[in-house]
Order: sequence, then C-alpha cells, then structure tokens
Amino acid sequence: MILSLSKDNIQVQREQDVVLLRNRVKEVAVKIKMGLLNQTKLITAASELLRNMLRYGNGGTCLVEIVSRGRDNGVRLTFADKGPGIADIPQAMRDGFSTGRSLGLGLPGAKRLVNEFDIKSKVGEGTTVMILKWANG
Amino acid sequence: MPFNIAKLLENQKKNILELWMKNQLEDEGLREDLITNEELRAQSEELVGSLVANIGAGGSTDLDGDNWSPVIEILGGIAITRARQGFSPRETGKFVYSLKEAILEVLQEQIGDDPKMLFEESRKINRIMDGLTVVTFETFIKGREEVILRQTDEIAEISTPVIRVWDGILALPIIGTLDSQRTQIVMENLLQEIVDTGSSIAILDISGVPAVDSLVAQHLIKTVSATRLMGAECIISGIRPEIAQTVVHLGIDLSSIITKSSLASALAYAFRTLRLEVRKQVVQNK
Ligand SMILES: Nc1ncnc2c1ncn2[C@@H]1O[C@H](COP(=O)(O)OP(=O)(O)O)[C@@H](O)[C@H]1O
Ligand SMILES: [Mg+2]
Repeated sequence: MILSLSKDNIQVQREQDVVLLRNRVKEVAVKIKMGLLNQTKLITAASELLRNMLRYGNGGTCLVEIVSRGRDNGVRLTFADKGPGIADIPQAMRDGFSTGRSLGLGLPGAKRLVNEFDIKSKVGEGTTVMILKWANG
Repeated sequence: MPFNIAKLLENQKKNILELWMKNQLEDEGLREDLITNEELRAQSEELVGSLVANIGAGGSTDLDGDNWSPVIEILGGIAITRARQGFSPRETGKFVYSLKEAILEVLQEQIGDDPKMLFEESRKINRIMDGLTVVTFETFIKGREEVILRQTDEIAEISTPVIRVWDGILALPIIGTLDSQRTQIVMENLLQEIVDTGSSIAILDISGVPAVDSLVAQHLIKTVSATRLMGAECIISGIRPEIAQTVVHLGIDLSSIITKSSLASALAYAFRTLRLEVRKQVVQNK
C-alpha cells in the first residue's frame, strides 16, 4: 500500500511557473534523499508534463506528494488540466508523435524516466497524468 | 433627527485628513526617501475624498458593489506604485491602517456620548477598512510580482554573453533555464557575433542548465543547425553525466551534434580543428 506523507497543490499557468515547480520537486526529492540521477530524471519528466499542460491543456495544477511503501520513499506528481483532452492516448504515447510540431518525446520519454506512469483523459474534459519515482528506483 | 454618518464624515473630511497626515508623518518609519510629503498629501487627500463620498452615496459596506470601484481603483493605484517604489508590506499596510485610526478617532470625538451609535458606526467603518486593507495587499503583491517578472526578463537578457575565447572561437556559457524566449536571444547574439568576428567555431556550454527536457534539446538542436548554416561549427559542452543519461532515456538523438563533457575539452577540440597547438614550454638546463 502506498501512503501519502505530504501534499502540496501548485497552480501552473505561465512558463515562469515551470521553474517554480521544478524547484519544489527538487526540494522534496532532496528531502527523501533521492540520488542525483533519479532527481534529474524526475525533474525532467515533470518538466515535460508541465510544458504539455501549459501548451495543450491551458494550464492546470500539480499535486506534489511524498509517498511511502514499506521502506521505500518516493515522489508522486499528479498533473491535472481541464483542457481539450486527448482522443487517442496510444497515439499520443508514441515516440515522435506531436500535434505541436515538436519532438513528440514528452509523454513516452516521461514514462521511461519514472517508475510508475498513468494517464487518463477525456475529450472535452481534460487530462490527468500521474508519475511516481522511488528514491532508489 | 436620524443620525447621518455621511454628513458627519463629509463635514469632518478635513479633520480626518489632518489627523491621518499627522499619524503618517509621526511614524518613524515614514519613507521620506521614497515619497515626498506633497505626494503623500495628494494621495491621502484623493483617497479620503473618494472614501467619504462613497460612504455617503450608498452606505453599503459590501466592497464587491460597483460603487466601490472608484475607491478600490485609487487604492490599487497607490498600492501598485508603492510596490514598484520598494515600500515594504508593513509600510503599505500602515498607510491604510492609520486612516482607519483617524476615522475612528473622529467618530469617537463626534458621537462618543452615544456608545451604541459609536459601536454601530465603528463596526461599519471597520468592515469597510478591513476590506480595503485586503484589496491593498492583493494589489501590492501583484505589483511586486510584476517587478519580479520584469527582472526575470532583464536577467535573461543580460546573462547570455558571447565570449571571444580565441581568434575564431566563441564561447557561450548558458546559466539557468533555456526557455523559448531565451533561446531566441542566445541564437540571435551568437549568430550576430559569428558574423562580426568571422569565427568558425562556437562552444555552447550548458554546465549551468539545470535540466534538459525535449524542448530545451530541440532549442539546442535548432541553434546548432543555425550556426552551421552560417558556415561555423557548434560544439555543446558541459553535459553532466546525469543529464546525458536522462537525455538518452527521453529518446533524444544528439548524435549529429559534437558534444564534450567540459568547456576545456571543447576548447582543446576547437584548437585541434583550427590546427592550433598549446604546449608547455620546456625549460632546458644548461
Ligand atoms: N495535457 C494535454 N492536453 C491535451 N493534449 C495533450 C496533453 N499532453 C499531450 N497532449 C497531446 O499529446 C501529444 C504528444 O505529447 P508529447 O509526447 O509531450 O509531445 P510534444 O509535446 O512534443 O507534442 C501532443 O502533441 C498533444 O497533442
Ligand atoms: Mg511535450
């Protein structure tokens, strides 16, 4: 069972907020003694999902949690927007697929960088992406 | 005769203003370096005028009402100006609190012999002034945020220097986040400098960039391509091990770009390319 030890909900509306949130994620990662490589992976994945939220989802919120399971501690981030949603999730998850003429590596790349990844989306209602990185994962 | 607060305040307007000014001027923390007494007086007079007129007009203490927008506008203007001028929140708060003090003092003086009425009217004034204090702080913080955003822009602008490390070699240390706007500035500066100096090698050092996500990578790739179009080679240096691994996991292909782990090794590479040699002088003993 995964327990949530601390919760912090952050609004993301502008590009400047990306830096703010990245620092916040770094803070909690350091707090649970996550190594530098895992920190970098987590922050990079978070950065991808944040940018998607700003670019495609009209901004949204990010829930930052410290979680624990047995002896392991980790950071769980939940990005939620009320944007247009994604009609075809497998397509969006494909390397190189982009409707924004960018690299199309954000979603599939983020998934490769973390331990757990979950995406839910409903057209017209919004998108929620959850990622989890264990300190020693 | 029913008591008319509006009339009382209107009659006492001058009194309130004088008391308030006295409160403000007596305060040791008054920032005479930031605001002149004339300016302070003008601001105070305008605010008292519109506040008194408003209490007279409707009598509603609900600040959401339309009739309060002139007062809120004046107060907001003052709060924003103060934020930009560098007043502290305490100093700005004091500005509004001391007005409340002045009005309550005048009420006490005028209707102090009727405790019930004094209580009623003071409560009304309190409610209005508390609401206005909240408005003041909200606007003050917004003003400060604007200052911060402007500074961020300025930092982005000045923190992308192009350095001529050698004849024909340029270096660009990038520190902080490489967002779209910043990339644009970096790219423009770099291309201009290549033209101005006729350099054939540019080193983009990203030791100071905290994270390379797919957007930053795309910006880097774009900058390298643009440099090549100008007939120069672009090397990326300062890719830390954890960043290199992360970039690979993301799935970004940087194989078409010359990358070096440090600025020193990038420089060594540049020297070799330009057929320059750096040697340690051998001192011969006789
Ligand atoms: N929060 C979101 N809301 C709506 N659409 C999204 C969202 N995130 C991603 N998408 C869609 O998924 C596609 C793939 O995203 P991603 O892998 O990050 O690549 P890129 O950002 O380069 O387009 C995007 O082009 C977009 O169409
Ligand atoms: Mg993306």
